Amino acid sequence: MEAEPHVKKIHGSGGTATQELIEEIFSRELDNEYLAEMEDATAVPGNGRLALTTDSFVVTPLLFPGGDIGRLSVAGTVNDLLCRGSVPKYLTAGFILEEGVPFSVLKTVVSSMAACAREAGVLIVAGDTKVVEGKGGMYINTAGVGFLPEGRELGAKRLRAGDVFLISGNLGDHHAAILSQRLSVENEIKSDAAPLTEMVSRLFDEGIDVRCMRDITRGGLSTILSELAAASKRTILLREADLPVSEAVRSFAGLLGLDPLTMGNEGKAVFFVPEEQGEKALAVIRSSAYGKDAVLAGSVGEEDEGRAYLLTGIGGMRRLSPLQGEGLPRIC
Amino acid sequence: MMDVNKARQRVMSYDGPPLTLMEVCGSHTAAIRKNGIPSLLPPTIRLVHGPGCPVCVTVSEAIDRLIALSCKSGTAVVTFGDLMHVPGSSLSLSEAGGRVEMVYSPMDVLPLAEKEPDTDFVFAAVGFETTAPVYALLVKELFEGRVRNVKLLCALKTMPPVIERLLSEGGKLDGFLAPGHVSVVTGEDYFLPLARKYALPFVISGFAGEEILAALSVLIEKQGKPVVVNAYPRVVRPEGNPNARALIEEVFEAGPAVWRGLGEIGGSGLYLREKYRYLDAGSFGITEDHKKNPLCICHRILTGKAEPLDCPLFGTACTPLTPQGSCMVSEEGGCHACYGS
Repeated sequence: MEAEPHVKKIHGSGGTATQELIEEIFSRELDNEYLAEMEDATAVPGNGRLALTTDSFVVTPLLFPGGDIGRLSVAGTVNDLLCRGSVPKYLTAGFILEEGVPFSVLKTVVSSMAACAREAGVLIVAGDTKVVEGKGGMYINTAGVGFLPEGRELGAKRLRAGDVFLISGNLGDHHAAILSQRLSVENEIKSDAAPLTEMVSRLFDEGIDVRCMRDITRGGLSTILSELAAASKRTILLREADLPVSEAVRSFAGLLGLDPLTMGNEGKAVFFVPEEQGEKALAVIRSSAYGKDAVLAGSVGEEDEGRAYLLTGIGGMRRLSPLQGEGLPRIC
Repeated sequence: MMDVNKARQRVMSYDGPPLTLMEVCGSHTAAIRKNGIPSLLPPTIRLVHGPGCPVCVTVSEAIDRLIALSCKSGTAVVTFGDLMHVPGSSLSLSEAGGRVEMVYSPMDVLPLAEKEPDTDFVFAAVGFETTAPVYALLVKELFEGRVRNVKLLCALKTMPPVIERLLSEGGKLDGFLAPGHVSVVTGEDYFLPLARKYALPFVISGFAGEEILAALSVLIEKQGKPVVVNAYPRVVRPEGNPNARALIEEVFEAGPAVWRGLGEIGGSGLYLREKYRYLDAGSFGITEDHKKNPLCICHRILTGKAEPLDCPLFGTACTPLTPQGSCMVSEEGGCHACYGS
């Protein structure tokens, strides 16, 4: 039986085989006028203040329920640009392919990047591919550029006493989906990898004064709120009773002794807004794509030691802390 | 079950003589922290951690023996995640660089061993009455089944002897939150002899915040009474699980075991019976309890004599990423639970 067509060393040579790979897979999926120029660097229109970010994606497995490394690599960088208040515009994509990646997998990944970029309203305008020895793995780096509208400033230093915050949906989905795959646990949990462009642009369009926004990725909500409390030197209070966690993730996490508060998502964010805009922001997020499970989950207090606390379901209080170590499963 | 508001009210408004209550089980330690229960306790109630976190009480020599096995060519040690980071006399399993496979259940070793028939797999069997039946199942499977390349290093322990040790040494304790998972196996009466001998209440508790609050309020109510109360009846049956106990009895026998910081306690360990002893990878004669860092006070924390903040290393040299003692390793350890809260 002939092996499935896959990436070989020669595809990284820079010669005709590389050209074929680009034409067959990358250009076909990611075509746009800037990429089509095929110059050493891409020239794009734009002026004013820019937001820049870069992120590398190393997830295993490459394809997982709810997404793949391609969707992740676009959504992740787009969401980072959004968190700064910018309007995401251009992305670059660098691929490091291990020998043996099946063309079918590469096509799926690139096609999913293209779909995610279209959804997020960004163009992938430059790219690079390298091939290394290995066992069919794939790593993607994406860098992104966003345009910052005049006067828009988001960040921890804008938090004020009385501000409220919203969580855009269920916690822990991506983390639980990947871990389930790695442990061969069968369940219905899907990754939530998604670009939040529509949600964020609607919030601004509706006149919500978003003070600060963070996407809830590695380290989870607990890590983010601890960091924001420290950076703003304010108390942040999260209400456990309002936390959105799906039943499937709750029981999966319970089984492994993981805490959804320190589990990562790839398509969820926390938004801080003035108290009087809380309900309106909630309505906007809930009617956006990926926002139907959004909740108002807590508030910001006065300036003090800069700590985040959880008001627990039984009325207790405990300090939230950043994720320690790797979040190992408990043993009994 | 008792209404959570009523239980909280009763606990918060306690104004009797000062009480020191011990939660024995590591899962309780973690759940107490997670639910913010310390913030609800009046100053007169002190909750102290007990010796019920299995990785916390495992001594350095057990770790050292596992490290030696993991570094032997053709041998792999199989363990739960937490144990990998427990300090031996100088290194932990994860630092030593031998072959260590992490699993989620003792039975997971079987497919590993089947796939590599030429490798000897040694399961690091730590745990209490809760996990012992699963190890017993594994042993029976190894005895009867096809897999021939798995052995166990047993550091299994039982609860009553160590609690007796704490009480007989004159520890000032006014009652126990008794472990829920252990009681699922042993049933309600397991701690009754101790309750009677020391005239103390034991309340079997579940692990949800409201269950722990309810159990604490019963502990307050039963002060000075030699009783065991099952406050976790939805899971713990009065008679426990006789099948699981029969499995333990069939496969294991009691023997002396050394606990971290507590020394040897007669009858507190579980070892393979004669019939199955060929599966033992060197569990006997473990005595050494060496501290990686001489300033570590894990031994005092595990016995309720000190609290994490009393330790000079806490939060400085000793953090969850750089544990100097076992209590900082697992989420169930007292120091780990206290860190950052």
